[in-house]
Amino acid sequence: MPKITYIDSSGKERQVEGKNGMTVMETAIKHNIPGIDADCGGACACATCHVYVDEAFTAKVGKPSAMEQSMLDFAENVKENSRLSCQIKIRDDLDGLKVTTPESQH
Amino acid sequence: MSGAPQRIAIIGAGQAGGQAAYSLRQAGFEGAITLIGDEPAPPYQRPPLSKAYLKGELEAERLFLKPLEYYAEHNVDLITSNAAKKIDLAGRQIEMASGPAIAWDRLVIATGARPRKLPVPGADLDGILELRTLSDVDKLKWSAVKGARMVVVGAGYIGLEAAAVGAQLGMHVTILEAMPQVLSRVAGPEIGVFYTRTHREAGTDVRLGAKLEGFEGQGHVSGVRLVGGEVIPCDVVLVGVGVLPNLELALDAGLTCGNGIVVNAQGQTSHPDVYAAGDVAWRPLVHFGRDGRLESVHNAIEGGKIAAASMLGGPAPALEVPWFWSDQFDLKLQTAGLWTGADAQIIRGDAQSRAFAVFYLKEGRVIAVDAVNSAPEYVVGRRLVAAKAAVAPAELADKSISMKDIGARAAS
Repeated sequence: MPKITYIDSSGKERQVEGKNGMTVMETAIKHNIPGIDADCGGACACATCHVYVDEAFTAKVGKPSAMEQSMLDFAENVKENSRLSCQIKIRDDLDGLKVTTPESQH
Repeated sequence: MSGAPQRIAIIGAGQAGGQAAYSLRQAGFEGAITLIGDEPAPPYQRPPLSKAYLKGELEAERLFLKPLEYYAEHNVDLITSNAAKKIDLAGRQIEMASGPAIAWDRLVIATGARPRKLPVPGADLDGILELRTLSDVDKLKWSAVKGARMVVVGAGYIGLEAAAVGAQLGMHVTILEAMPQVLSRVAGPEIGVFYTRTHREAGTDVRLGAKLEGFEGQGHVSGVRLVGGEVIPCDVVLVGVGVLPNLELALDAGLTCGNGIVVNAQGQTSHPDVYAAGDVAWRPLVHFGRDGRLESVHNAIEGGKIAAASMLGGPAPALEVPWFWSDQFDLKLQTAGLWTGADAQIIRGDAQSRAFAVFYLKEGRVIAVDAVNSAPEYVVGRRLVAAKAAVAPAELADKSISMKDIGARAAS
Protein backbone atom coordinates (compact mmCIF):
# COMPACT_ATOMS: atom_id res chain seq x y z
CA MET A 1 0.00 0.00 0.00
CA PRO A 2 1.50 3.34 -1.04
CA LYS A 3 2.20 5.68 1.84
CA ILE A 4 1.10 9.29 1.49
CA THR A 5 2.29 12.12 3.72
CA TYR A 6 0.21 15.24 4.23
CA ILE A 7 2.00 18.30 5.58
CA ASP A 8 -0.14 21.14 6.90
CA SER A 9 0.72 24.82 6.52
CA SER A 10 2.44 24.82 9.93
CA GLY A 11 4.74 21.96 8.84
CA LYS A 12 3.08 19.15 10.79
CA GLU A 13 3.33 15.81 8.96
CA ARG A 14 0.72 13.04 8.93
CA GLN A 15 1.51 9.81 7.11
CA VAL A 16 -1.26 7.42 6.08
CA GLU A 17 -1.60 4.33 3.93
CA GLY A 18 -3.31 4.97 0.64
CA LYS A 19 -5.17 2.57 -1.59
CA ASN A 20 -4.57 2.27 -5.31
CA GLY A 21 -7.35 3.90 -7.33
CA MET A 22 -8.51 6.20 -4.55
CA THR A 23 -7.59 9.84 -4.87
CA VAL A 24 -5.25 11.81 -2.64
CA MET A 25 -8.29 13.90 -1.63
CA GLU A 26 -10.45 10.88 -0.69
CA THR A 27 -7.58 9.43 1.30
CA ALA A 28 -7.26 12.68 3.24
CA ILE A 29 -11.00 12.71 4.04
CA LYS A 30 -10.89 9.06 5.11
CA HIS A 31 -8.08 9.82 7.53
CA ASN A 32 -9.42 13.13 8.86
CA ILE A 33 -6.54 15.12 7.47
CA PRO A 34 -7.21 18.82 8.12
CA GLY A 35 -6.66 21.43 5.43
CA ILE A 36 -8.55 19.75 2.59
CA ASP A 37 -12.20 20.83 2.33
CA ALA A 38 -13.24 19.06 -0.88
CA ASP A 39 -16.64 20.76 -0.91
CA CYS A 40 -17.75 19.17 -4.19
CA GLY A 41 -16.60 15.69 -3.21
CA GLY A 42 -14.14 15.26 -6.06
CA ALA A 43 -16.05 16.52 -9.09
CA CYS A 44 -13.33 19.04 -10.01
CA ALA A 45 -15.94 21.73 -9.40
CA CYS A 46 -14.78 23.72 -6.40
CA ALA A 47 -10.98 23.89 -6.08
CA THR A 48 -11.07 23.38 -2.29
CA CYS A 49 -8.73 20.37 -2.25
CA HIS A 50 -5.70 22.30 -3.47
CA VAL A 51 -2.29 20.85 -2.49
CA TYR A 52 1.36 21.47 -3.31
CA VAL A 53 3.11 18.34 -4.58
CA ASP A 54 6.60 17.64 -3.23
CA GLU A 55 9.22 18.50 -5.86
CA ALA A 56 10.50 14.91 -5.92
CA PHE A 57 7.09 13.73 -7.15
CA THR A 58 5.89 16.46 -9.50
CA ALA A 59 7.04 14.57 -12.61
CA LYS A 60 5.50 11.26 -11.48
CA VAL A 61 2.22 12.87 -10.45
CA GLY A 62 2.06 14.67 -13.78
CA LYS A 63 0.44 17.84 -15.02
CA PRO A 64 -3.14 18.89 -14.38
CA SER A 65 -5.75 18.39 -17.11
CA ALA A 66 -7.04 21.46 -18.93
CA MET A 67 -10.15 21.55 -16.71
CA GLU A 68 -8.13 21.22 -13.52
CA GLN A 69 -5.63 23.83 -14.71
CA SER A 70 -8.46 26.30 -15.28
CA MET A 71 -9.81 25.69 -11.80
CA LEU A 72 -6.31 26.19 -10.40
CA ASP A 73 -5.61 29.31 -12.46
CA PHE A 74 -7.95 31.26 -10.26
CA ALA A 75 -7.39 29.57 -6.88
CA GLU A 76 -5.50 31.43 -4.15
CA ASN A 77 -1.72 31.08 -3.73
CA VAL A 78 -1.19 28.81 -6.70
CA LYS A 79 2.36 27.67 -7.34
CA GLU A 80 4.17 25.70 -10.02
CA ASN A 81 3.54 22.46 -8.08
CA SER A 82 -0.15 23.08 -7.31
CA ARG A 83 -2.65 20.32 -8.01
CA LEU A 84 -6.21 19.50 -7.01
CA SER A 85 -5.87 16.41 -4.86
CA CYS A 86 -9.20 14.99 -6.12
CA GLN A 87 -7.55 14.55 -9.49
CA ILE A 88 -4.49 12.58 -8.28
CA LYS A 89 -5.16 8.86 -8.21
CA ILE A 90 -2.95 6.78 -5.96
CA ARG A 91 -0.75 4.14 -7.64
CA ASP A 92 2.19 2.02 -6.50
CA ASP A 93 4.79 4.38 -7.93
CA LEU A 94 3.39 7.25 -5.83
CA ASP A 95 4.51 5.44 -2.65
CA GLY A 96 6.14 8.06 -0.42
CA LEU A 97 4.26 10.98 -1.99
CA LYS A 98 4.28 14.14 0.08
CA VAL A 99 1.77 16.94 -0.38
CA THR A 100 1.44 20.18 1.53
CA THR A 101 -1.91 21.83 2.16
CA PRO A 102 -2.29 25.62 1.80
CA GLU A 103 -3.23 27.85 4.70
CA SER A 104 -6.79 28.21 3.40
CA GLN A 105 -8.92 26.60 0.71
CA HIS A 106 -11.29 29.53 0.28
CA MET B 1 -30.81 34.12 24.55
CA SER B 2 -29.33 31.63 26.98
CA GLY B 3 -25.61 31.67 27.80
CA ALA B 4 -22.81 29.93 25.93
CA PRO B 5 -24.01 26.73 24.23
CA GLN B 6 -23.45 23.47 26.09
CA ARG B 7 -25.72 21.05 24.24
CA ILE B 8 -26.28 21.43 20.52
CA ALA B 9 -28.70 19.18 18.67
CA ILE B 10 -28.86 18.96 14.90
CA ILE B 11 -31.91 17.43 13.23
CA GLY B 12 -30.93 16.06 9.84
CA ALA B 13 -27.67 14.24 9.11
CA GLY B 14 -27.21 15.35 5.52
CA GLN B 15 -24.61 17.69 4.06
CA ALA B 16 -25.81 20.75 6.02
CA GLY B 17 -26.30 18.98 9.35
CA GLY B 18 -22.98 17.18 9.03
CA GLN B 19 -21.19 20.42 8.16
CA ALA B 20 -22.66 22.18 11.20
CA ALA B 21 -21.24 19.43 13.43
CA TYR B 22 -17.81 19.44 11.72
CA SER B 23 -17.57 23.24 11.88
CA LEU B 24 -18.51 23.28 15.57
CA ARG B 25 -15.74 20.83 16.44
CA GLN B 26 -13.28 22.55 14.10
CA ALA B 27 -13.96 25.82 15.91
CA GLY B 28 -13.16 24.15 19.24
CA PHE B 29 -16.66 23.70 20.67
CA GLU B 30 -16.34 21.17 23.49
CA GLY B 31 -19.98 20.73 24.52
CA ALA B 32 -22.32 17.95 23.46
CA ILE B 33 -23.32 17.55 19.82
CA THR B 34 -26.17 15.21 18.85
CA LEU B 35 -26.61 14.66 15.11
CA ILE B 36 -29.92 13.01 14.26
CA GLY B 37 -30.43 11.23 10.95
CA ASP B 38 -33.37 9.09 9.84
CA GLU B 39 -31.31 7.21 7.25
CA PRO B 40 -29.03 4.29 8.20
CA ALA B 41 -25.87 5.90 6.79
CA PRO B 42 -23.76 8.68 8.30
CA PRO B 43 -23.79 11.99 6.39
CA TYR B 44 -22.89 11.39 2.76
CA GLN B 45 -22.61 13.19 -0.54
CA ARG B 46 -25.81 13.10 -2.54
CA PRO B 47 -24.62 14.48 -5.90
CA PRO B 48 -22.89 11.25 -7.02
CA LEU B 49 -26.11 9.27 -6.41
CA SER B 50 -27.44 10.19 -9.86
CA LYS B 51 -23.97 9.97 -11.42
CA ALA B 52 -21.02 7.73 -10.53
CA TYR B 53 -22.84 5.79 -7.81
CA LEU B 54 -25.78 4.89 -10.05
CA LYS B 55 -23.31 3.84 -12.69
CA GLY B 56 -21.71 1.48 -10.21
CA GLU B 57 -18.36 3.26 -10.15
CA LEU B 58 -18.34 4.00 -6.41
CA GLU B 59 -19.21 1.99 -3.34
CA ALA B 60 -21.41 3.66 -0.71
CA GLU B 61 -18.61 4.12 1.78
CA ARG B 62 -16.76 6.41 -0.61
CA LEU B 63 -19.67 8.84 -0.39
CA PHE B 64 -19.39 9.36 3.37
CA LEU B 65 -18.46 12.95 4.24
CA LYS B 66 -16.35 11.69 7.14
CA PRO B 67 -15.26 8.17 8.01
CA LEU B 68 -17.46 6.50 10.62
CA GLU B 69 -14.70 6.72 13.22
CA TYR B 70 -14.82 10.52 13.02
CA TYR B 71 -18.00 10.70 15.08
CA ALA B 72 -16.62 8.71 18.01
CA GLU B 73 -13.22 10.36 17.83
CA HIS B 74 -14.77 13.83 17.87
CA ASN B 75 -17.45 13.00 20.38
CA VAL B 76 -20.33 13.65 18.00
CA ASP B 77 -23.30 11.55 19.05
CA LEU B 78 -24.53 10.34 15.66
CA ILE B 79 -28.01 8.85 15.80
CA THR B 80 -29.08 7.03 12.63
CA SER B 81 -32.32 5.35 11.51
CA ASN B 82 -34.30 7.35 14.04
CA ALA B 83 -36.45 10.39 13.36
CA ALA B 84 -37.18 13.51 15.33
CA LYS B 85 -40.95 13.63 15.92
CA LYS B 86 -41.49 16.90 17.71
CA ILE B 87 -39.53 19.97 18.69
CA ASP B 88 -40.45 21.21 22.15
CA LEU B 89 -39.27 24.84 22.18
CA ALA B 90 -40.38 25.61 25.74
CA GLY B 91 -38.92 22.42 27.22
CA ARG B 92 -35.88 22.57 24.90
CA GLN B 93 -35.99 18.98 23.85
CA ILE B 94 -36.69 16.82 20.82
CA GLU B 95 -39.10 13.92 21.02
CA MET B 96 -37.84 10.98 19.02
CA ALA B 97 -39.66 8.25 17.08
CA SER B 98 -37.98 5.79 19.42
CA GLY B 99 -35.91 6.20 22.54
CA PRO B 100 -35.53 9.06 25.01
CA ALA B 101 -36.00 12.74 24.20
CA ILE B 102 -32.89 14.76 23.37
CA ALA B 103 -32.19 17.95 25.29
CA TRP B 104 -30.64 21.01 23.65
CA ASP B 105 -29.79 24.61 24.33
CA ARG B 106 -29.15 25.37 20.65
CA LEU B 107 -30.87 23.57 17.82
CA VAL B 108 -30.11 23.33 14.10
CA ILE B 109 -32.88 22.16 11.77
CA ALA B 110 -31.37 20.67 8.63
CA THR B 111 -34.21 18.39 7.61
CA GLY B 112 -33.67 18.88 3.89
CA ALA B 113 -36.31 18.20 1.31
CA ARG B 114 -38.21 15.25 -0.09
CA PRO B 115 -39.08 14.41 -3.67
CA ARG B 116 -42.39 15.77 -4.87
CA LYS B 117 -44.93 13.05 -5.70
CA LEU B 118 -46.95 13.01 -8.89
CA PRO B 119 -50.67 13.33 -8.15
CA VAL B 120 -51.73 10.91 -10.89
CA PRO B 121 -53.40 7.48 -10.91
CA GLY B 122 -51.02 4.59 -10.41
CA ALA B 123 -48.27 6.67 -8.81
CA ASP B 124 -47.93 4.13 -6.01
CA LEU B 125 -47.20 1.13 -8.25
CA ASP B 126 -43.96 -0.76 -7.66
CA GLY B 127 -41.14 0.26 -9.95
CA ILE B 128 -41.96 3.98 -9.76
CA LEU B 129 -38.90 5.34 -8.03
CA GLU B 130 -37.42 8.58 -6.86
CA LEU B 131 -33.81 9.56 -6.30
CA ARG B 132 -32.85 11.30 -3.11
CA THR B 133 -31.22 8.73 -0.83
CA LEU B 134 -28.78 5.85 -1.06
CA SER B 135 -31.67 3.47 -0.54
CA ASP B 136 -33.58 5.07 -3.47
CA VAL B 137 -30.69 4.63 -5.83
CA ASP B 138 -29.98 1.09 -4.66
CA LYS B 139 -33.53 0.23 -5.77
CA LEU B 140 -33.01 1.93 -9.11
CA LYS B 141 -29.74 0.07 -9.65
CA TRP B 142 -31.63 -3.24 -9.73
CA SER B 143 -33.46 -2.06 -12.82
CA ALA B 144 -30.60 -0.14 -14.39
CA VAL B 145 -29.47 -2.91 -16.72
CA LYS B 146 -28.83 -3.16 -20.43
CA GLY B 147 -32.00 -3.46 -22.47
CA ALA B 148 -34.36 -2.38 -19.68
CA ARG B 149 -36.83 0.37 -20.49
CA MET B 150 -36.79 3.43 -18.23
CA VAL B 151 -39.08 6.44 -18.32
CA VAL B 152 -37.71 9.51 -16.59
CA VAL B 153 -40.39 11.99 -15.56
CA GLY B 154 -38.94 15.49 -15.17
CA ALA B 155 -35.89 16.86 -16.96
CA GLY B 156 -34.10 18.60 -14.14
CA TYR B 157 -30.52 17.86 -13.11
CA ILE B 158 -31.38 14.57 -11.42
CA GLY B 159 -33.62 13.24 -14.18
CA LEU B 160 -31.14 14.12 -16.89
CA GLU B 161 -28.16 12.73 -15.00
CA ALA B 162 -29.95 9.44 -14.37
CA ALA B 163 -31.10 9.37 -18.01
CA ALA B 164 -27.49 9.84 -19.15
CA VAL B 165 -26.31 6.97 -16.96
CA GLY B 166 -29.19 4.82 -18.22
CA ALA B 167 -28.29 5.46 -21.84
CA GLN B 168 -24.64 4.70 -21.09
CA LEU B 169 -25.65 1.41 -19.47
CA GLY B 170 -27.60 0.45 -22.60
CA MET B 171 -31.10 1.09 -21.26
CA HIS B 172 -33.90 2.34 -23.51
CA VAL B 173 -34.65 5.73 -22.01
CA THR B 174 -37.58 8.08 -22.50
CA ILE B 175 -37.60 11.50 -20.86
CA LEU B 176 -40.96 13.21 -20.26
CA GLU B 177 -40.80 16.92 -19.52
CA ALA B 178 -43.94 18.99 -19.00
CA MET B 179 -42.24 22.28 -19.83
CA PRO B 180 -41.27 23.23 -23.40
CA GLN B 181 -37.58 22.82 -22.53
CA VAL B 182 -35.34 20.68 -20.30
CA LEU B 183 -33.62 22.25 -17.26
CA SER B 184 -36.02 25.19 -17.56
CA ARG B 185 -36.10 25.81 -13.82
CA VAL B 186 -32.33 26.06 -13.44
CA ALA B 187 -30.87 27.24 -16.76
CA GLY B 188 -31.63 29.33 -19.81
CA PRO B 189 -33.03 28.07 -23.12
CA GLU B 190 -29.66 27.73 -24.90
CA ILE B 191 -28.53 25.20 -22.31
CA GLY B 192 -31.87 23.40 -22.54
CA VAL B 193 -31.68 23.10 -26.32
CA PHE B 194 -28.12 21.79 -26.08
CA TYR B 195 -28.92 19.12 -23.50
CA THR B 196 -32.07 18.03 -25.34
CA ARG B 197 -29.96 17.47 -28.45
CA THR B 198 -27.25 15.67 -26.49
CA HIS B 199 -29.70 13.20 -24.96
CA ARG B 200 -31.39 12.61 -28.32
CA GLU B 201 -28.01 11.91 -29.92
CA ALA B 202 -27.44 9.27 -27.24
CA GLY B 203 -30.59 7.50 -28.41
CA THR B 204 -32.94 8.80 -25.73
CA ASP B 205 -36.49 9.75 -26.65
CA VAL B 206 -36.93 13.25 -25.22
CA ARG B 207 -40.56 14.42 -25.14
CA LEU B 208 -41.04 18.11 -24.36
CA GLY B 209 -44.40 19.54 -23.32
CA ALA B 210 -45.39 15.98 -22.39
CA LYS B 211 -48.65 15.64 -20.47
CA LEU B 212 -48.70 12.67 -18.13
CA GLU B 213 -52.05 11.13 -17.34
CA GLY B 214 -51.12 8.17 -15.18
CA PHE B 215 -49.25 4.91 -14.76
CA GLU B 216 -50.42 1.47 -15.82
CA GLY B 217 -49.58 -1.91 -14.39
CA GLN B 218 -50.72 -4.72 -12.11
CA GLY B 219 -48.70 -4.29 -8.93
CA HIS B 220 -45.62 -3.24 -10.89
CA VAL B 221 -45.55 -0.40 -13.38
CA SER B 222 -45.72 -1.52 -17.01
CA GLY B 223 -46.40 1.72 -18.81
CA VAL B 224 -46.78 5.47 -18.63
CA ARG B 225 -49.97 6.86 -20.12
CA LEU B 226 -49.96 10.31 -21.73
CA VAL B 227 -52.90 12.61 -22.27
CA GLY B 228 -54.30 11.56 -25.65
CA GLY B 229 -53.97 7.89 -24.84
CA GLU B 230 -50.45 6.94 -25.88
CA VAL B 231 -48.84 4.44 -23.51
CA ILE B 232 -45.06 4.22 -23.25
CA PRO B 233 -44.19 0.69 -22.11
CA CYS B 234 -41.53 0.54 -19.40
CA ASP B 235 -39.86 -1.58 -16.75
CA VAL B 236 -39.04 1.26 -14.38
CA VAL B 237 -39.97 4.91 -13.89
CA LEU B 238 -37.82 7.54 -12.24
CA VAL B 239 -39.71 10.60 -11.05
CA GLY B 240 -37.59 13.72 -10.65
CA VAL B 241 -40.01 16.62 -10.51
CA GLY B 242 -38.46 18.69 -7.76
CA VAL B 243 -38.53 18.60 -4.00
CA LEU B 244 -40.55 19.99 -1.11
CA PRO B 245 -38.81 21.30 2.01
CA ASN B 246 -39.35 19.19 5.12
CA LEU B 247 -41.02 21.92 7.17
CA GLU B 248 -43.37 19.93 9.37
CA LEU B 249 -41.30 19.93 12.57
CA ALA B 250 -40.65 23.67 12.29
CA LEU B 251 -44.28 24.52 11.47
CA ASP B 252 -45.50 22.38 14.33
CA ALA B 253 -43.13 24.20 16.69
CA GLY B 254 -44.52 27.54 15.53
CA LEU B 255 -41.36 28.76 13.76
CA THR B 256 -41.90 31.22 10.91
CA CYS B 257 -41.98 29.41 7.59
CA GLY B 258 -42.77 30.24 4.00
CA ASN B 259 -41.39 28.11 1.20
CA GLY B 260 -38.73 27.14 3.71
CA ILE B 261 -37.85 27.90 7.33
CA VAL B 262 -37.19 31.62 7.38
CA VAL B 263 -33.70 32.47 8.68
CA ASN B 264 -31.70 35.68 8.91
CA ALA B 265 -28.10 36.22 7.77
CA GLN B 266 -26.91 34.44 10.93
CA GLY B 267 -28.97 31.36 10.11
CA GLN B 268 -31.37 32.06 13.00
CA THR B 269 -35.04 31.18 12.72
CA SER B 270 -37.80 33.17 14.45
CA HIS B 271 -36.54 31.59 17.70
CA PRO B 272 -33.09 33.01 18.55
CA ASP B 273 -31.68 29.66 19.72
CA VAL B 274 -32.96 27.68 16.76
CA TYR B 275 -31.13 27.72 13.43
CA ALA B 276 -31.90 26.23 10.04
CA ALA B 277 -29.55 25.28 7.21
CA GLY B 278 -29.50 23.56 3.85
CA ASP B 279 -32.36 22.75 1.47
CA VAL B 280 -34.95 23.56 4.13
CA ALA B 281 -33.81 27.13 4.87
CA TRP B 282 -35.28 30.26 3.32
CA ARG B 283 -32.29 32.54 3.62
CA PRO B 284 -30.89 35.88 2.48
CA LEU B 285 -29.11 35.55 -0.86
CA VAL B 286 -26.67 38.38 -0.33
CA HIS B 287 -25.39 38.52 -3.91
CA PHE B 288 -28.89 39.01 -5.23
CA GLY B 289 -30.48 41.30 -2.65
CA ARG B 290 -33.35 38.95 -1.94
CA ASP B 291 -34.23 35.85 0.07
CA GLY B 292 -34.68 32.39 -1.34
CA ARG B 293 -34.25 28.67 -0.86
CA LEU B 294 -31.41 26.88 -2.63
CA GLU B 295 -30.95 23.16 -3.14
CA SER B 296 -27.25 22.58 -3.54
CA VAL B 297 -24.05 21.37 -1.95
CA HIS B 298 -22.72 24.91 -1.74
CA ASN B 299 -25.81 26.08 0.11
CA ALA B 300 -25.73 23.14 2.52
CA ILE B 301 -22.06 23.64 3.39
CA GLU B 302 -22.42 27.40 3.75
CA GLY B 303 -25.58 27.10 5.85
CA GLY B 304 -23.92 24.60 8.18
CA LYS B 305 -20.89 26.87 8.58
CA ILE B 306 -23.04 29.95 9.21
CA ALA B 307 -25.10 28.22 11.90
CA ALA B 308 -21.98 26.90 13.64
CA ALA B 309 -20.24 30.28 13.57
CA SER B 310 -23.34 32.10 14.85
CA MET B 311 -23.90 29.71 17.74
CA LEU B 312 -20.31 30.12 18.89
CA GLY B 313 -20.10 33.83 18.16
CA GLY B 314 -17.18 33.19 15.82
CA PRO B 315 -16.29 34.89 12.56
CA ALA B 316 -18.87 34.37 9.82
CA PRO B 317 -17.70 32.38 6.80
CA ALA B 318 -17.15 34.11 3.47
CA LEU B 319 -20.39 33.98 1.50
CA GLU B 320 -19.92 32.46 -1.91
CA VAL B 321 -21.90 33.04 -5.06
CA PRO B 322 -24.22 30.02 -5.36
CA TRP B 323 -22.58 27.29 -7.44
CA PHE B 324 -23.82 24.05 -8.94
CA TRP B 325 -22.62 21.38 -11.27
CA SER B 326 -24.02 18.53 -13.33
CA ASP B 327 -22.17 15.67 -15.00
CA GLN B 328 -23.86 14.07 -18.00
CA PHE B 329 -22.03 11.93 -20.56
CA ASP B 330 -18.69 13.64 -21.23
CA LEU B 331 -20.11 17.04 -20.30
CA LYS B 332 -19.47 18.99 -17.15
CA LEU B 333 -21.96 21.79 -16.63
CA GLN B 334 -20.77 24.30 -14.04
CA THR B 335 -23.11 27.05 -12.94
CA ALA B 336 -22.44 30.13 -10.82
CA GLY B 337 -25.10 32.59 -9.73
CA LEU B 338 -28.85 32.52 -10.32
CA TRP B 339 -30.16 33.36 -13.76
CA THR B 340 -33.71 34.30 -12.71
CA GLY B 341 -34.44 37.86 -13.77
CA ALA B 342 -31.82 38.00 -16.53
CA ASP B 343 -32.62 40.45 -19.33
CA ALA B 344 -29.82 39.38 -21.68
CA GLN B 345 -27.92 36.20 -22.51
CA ILE B 346 -24.48 36.18 -24.07
CA ILE B 347 -23.20 32.99 -25.65
CA ARG B 348 -19.48 32.46 -25.63
CA GLY B 349 -18.14 29.68 -27.83
CA ASP B 350 -20.00 27.24 -30.02
CA ALA B 351 -22.41 24.63 -28.69
CA GLN B 352 -21.43 22.35 -31.59
CA SER B 353 -17.92 22.12 -30.13
CA ARG B 354 -19.44 20.85 -26.84
CA ALA B 355 -17.54 23.55 -24.97
CA PHE B 356 -19.37 26.83 -24.55
CA ALA B 357 -20.86 29.11 -21.93
CA VAL B 358 -23.91 31.28 -21.47
CA PHE B 359 -23.59 34.45 -19.41
CA TYR B 360 -26.77 35.92 -17.99
CA LEU B 361 -26.91 39.68 -17.54
CA LYS B 362 -29.33 41.95 -15.74
CA GLU B 363 -29.07 45.66 -16.39
CA GLY B 364 -25.63 45.11 -17.90
CA ARG B 365 -24.22 43.18 -14.94
CA VAL B 366 -23.36 39.48 -14.86
CA ILE B 367 -25.76 37.59 -12.58
CA ALA B 368 -25.03 34.01 -13.64
CA VAL B 369 -23.05 31.76 -15.94
CA ASP B 370 -23.67 28.27 -17.25
CA ALA B 371 -20.42 26.79 -18.51
CA VAL B 372 -20.30 23.51 -20.42
CA ASN B 373 -16.80 21.98 -20.44
CA SER B 374 -15.52 25.54 -19.95
CA ALA B 375 -13.85 25.91 -16.58
CA PRO B 376 -12.31 29.37 -17.22
CA GLU B 377 -15.73 30.80 -18.06
CA TYR B 378 -17.11 29.26 -14.88
CA VAL B 379 -14.31 30.36 -12.58
CA VAL B 380 -14.08 33.92 -13.89
CA GLY B 381 -17.86 34.06 -14.21
CA ARG B 382 -18.18 33.26 -10.52
CA ARG B 383 -15.98 36.27 -9.76
CA LEU B 384 -17.90 38.51 -12.14
CA VAL B 385 -21.16 37.57 -10.40
CA ALA B 386 -19.67 38.20 -6.96
CA ALA B 387 -18.39 41.61 -8.09
CA LYS B 388 -21.71 42.42 -9.84
CA ALA B 389 -19.39 43.32 -12.70
CA ALA B 390 -20.56 45.27 -15.71
CA VAL B 391 -19.02 43.63 -18.77
CA ALA B 392 -19.43 44.62 -22.41
CA PRO B 393 -21.49 41.87 -24.09
CA ALA B 394 -19.29 41.98 -27.20
CA GLU B 395 -16.21 41.22 -25.09
CA LEU B 396 -17.87 38.32 -23.32
CA ALA B 397 -18.84 36.80 -26.65
CA ASP B 398 -15.37 37.24 -28.14
CA LYS B 399 -13.32 34.06 -27.66
CA SER B 400 -10.17 35.89 -28.81
CA ILE B 401 -10.25 37.76 -25.49
CA SER B 402 -9.30 35.35 -22.71
CA MET B 403 -11.46 35.00 -19.61
CA LYS B 404 -8.41 36.05 -17.59
CA ASP B 405 -8.34 39.36 -19.46
CA ILE B 406 -12.08 39.82 -19.14
CA GLY B 407 -11.80 39.20 -15.41
CA ALA B 408 -8.89 41.61 -15.08
CA ARG B 409 -10.67 44.37 -17.05
CA ALA B 410 -13.80 43.98 -14.96
CA ALA B 411 -11.76 44.24 -11.78
CA SER B 412 -9.94 47.39 -12.81
